[in-house]
Amino acid sequence: MSGVVSDHELVEFVYHEARLIDEKRFAEWLDLFTEDGLYYMPLTRDQPDGRLHTSLYYEDRLLLKVRIERLSHPNAFSQSEPSWCQHVLQAPRIESRSESLVVLRTPYVYAESQGDRQDIYLAVAWHHLCLREGPLKMKMKKIDLLNRGAALPSIQLFL
Amino acid sequence: MSKYLSDPALLRALVQPDRVHRDVYLDPGIFELEMQRLWRRTWVYVGHESQVPGSGDFHTADIAGQPVVMVRDADGALHVLLNRCAHKGSKVVGAKSGNCKGHLRCPYHGWIYRPDGSLRSVPLKGGYDGTRFQQSEAAKGMTRVAHAEYRGFVFAKLSTTGPAFEEYFGDSLSSIDNMVDRSPKGRLEVTGGVLRYMHHCNWKLFVENLNDAMHPMVAHESSAGTARDLWKDHPADEPKPMVIEQFVPFVSNYAFFDGMGVQVYDNGHSYTGVNFSIHSNYAGIPEYERSMVDAYGAERAHAILGEARHNTVYYPSLTIKGAIQTIRVVRPIAVDRTLIESYTLRLVGAPDSLLERSVMYTRLINAPTSVVGHDDLHCYRAIQEGLAAQGNEWVSLHRNCVDGEAEASVGRYNGTNEIAMRGQFRAWARALSADEVGV
Repeated sequence: MSGVVSDHELVEFVYHEARLIDEKRFAEWLDLFTEDGLYYMPLTRDQPDGRLHTSLYYEDRLLLKVRIERLSHPNAFSQSEPSWCQHVLQAPRIESRSESLVVLRTPYVYAESQGDRQDIYLAVAWHHLCLREGPLKMKMKKIDLLNRGAALPSIQLFL
Repeated sequence: MSKYLSDPALLRALVQPDRVHRDVYLDPGIFELEMQRLWRRTWVYVGHESQVPGSGDFHTADIAGQPVVMVRDADGALHVLLNRCAHKGSKVVGAKSGNCKGHLRCPYHGWIYRPDGSLRSVPLKGGYDGTRFQQSEAAKGMTRVAHAEYRGFVFAKLSTTGPAFEEYFGDSLSSIDNMVDRSPKGRLEVTGGVLRYMHHCNWKLFVENLNDAMHPMVAHESSAGTARDLWKDHPADEPKPMVIEQFVPFVSNYAFFDGMGVQVYDNGHSYTGVNFSIHSNYAGIPEYERSMVDAYGAERAHAILGEARHNTVYYPSLTIKGAIQTIRVVRPIAVDRTLIESYTLRLVGAPDSLLERSVMYTRLINAPTSVVGHDDLHCYRAIQEGLAAQGNEWVSLHRNCVDGEAEASVGRYNGTNEIAMRGQFRAWARALSADEVGV
């Protein structure tokens, strides 16, 4: 992407990213990550990192690819009744911006539904977007789940 | 009242040598009996001593449906107490863990207890003058629970009846030994957080699955199989990413899982991976291996690291994986609800890369976000719901069952044998049919 990326484009990226998940356009979604992109949901507040501390998600592209391809596997038994999800976003705000990186903060509600069951989560997403040449990409999507310490049921899609 | 409580013969008929009646998973009365006669009379895992390293440190848990607190006193001794104020019954400790600064104080009326549970002080004590307070249970303080520490692992027994610790676990403790021995310093430390995964199924379905070597290649085909397929075009000698290394063995074939072998002990304990396991072929970590040789000498170090036990079940509350330093703790909540808590352990003195491996493994396999966990839980749920079907009231445990097995089953068997599950049910039936009066 040449020239200056407008605030509007950055905010639109965040809305678009959530929509791709909700519409299960996972190949397009995966393509929003940089090659070294990370999808990260810490397990605790003030967690130092995802390498020596357990996380709910700490996924590189390879692991995301396993998840995504599995979802369409005929024997993904936990998806024999498919899950669907819905993000409801508060307006994203730009938290910081440098030459190469912009960070947006977006509080949101996420619902995941399967059969008669629906689970509702509250979270804050931190989109770390890479501003180098080429299309806008996520270097990291970090998700602070409100009830991350709770005993959780299966979470099967992507917040 | 459950029909099984009033009819011991009916209760005994639930478990037969090679099959069990569906009510063991479905009947709320059976669940109550399990809590009273099995969980409260056996040694249940509370926590690890590294979770309470200093004076005044405490860690709470709900075991067998009762709140307990493990606390370390100023002399370094551990106590396990029922987390219940002697006054009106409030939980004394509210936090999951922390430091009590010398004494435990009830948040309601300020009764103060020593770390051993004894009552130190009560505000306005004169109000009890001339009453029967000193003779009452309230004056005794918080109830102390029998506990045992084995190489850092702390277990408690709520009832005053039931077997002694060493007698109960016997040689199965060798799996804890092996995990601890993997530290060059002979010490483990719980670190890296706890995954709390709610399972809407009976607790036994989870525990049985840990030594079920016939399900991985089926249930985990979509996850581990996808990982295998994504990596299949890479040369065999190319170093595998940890994700691939950990996922792919789950879809090993039947011959692999059968050859893995299972060791069965008394009282429901067992482990798979006698000969090798899904953990056997992880890449070596030379720096770690050198530190092990330095600590133990070459022969002993190789013997320790040569073990690759899969899951060891410390029936009914704890399952451990020594080779990857993760543990899963079973907390039954209701007949169809079980909390599984997963922890990682650092091998003290070993490089960080080992903890990194444990942390990744527990996330990939034990997290509420785990694609392996999703399919396991799907199957447990499917059993919980499927057993409602009329017409066949029995769950089959016939695989490799031989006549007379019940009398002498301790030993090593082929990995796909369902003998570990039959052993669990034999222990279960023994515990539940013991109708002696006990608290």
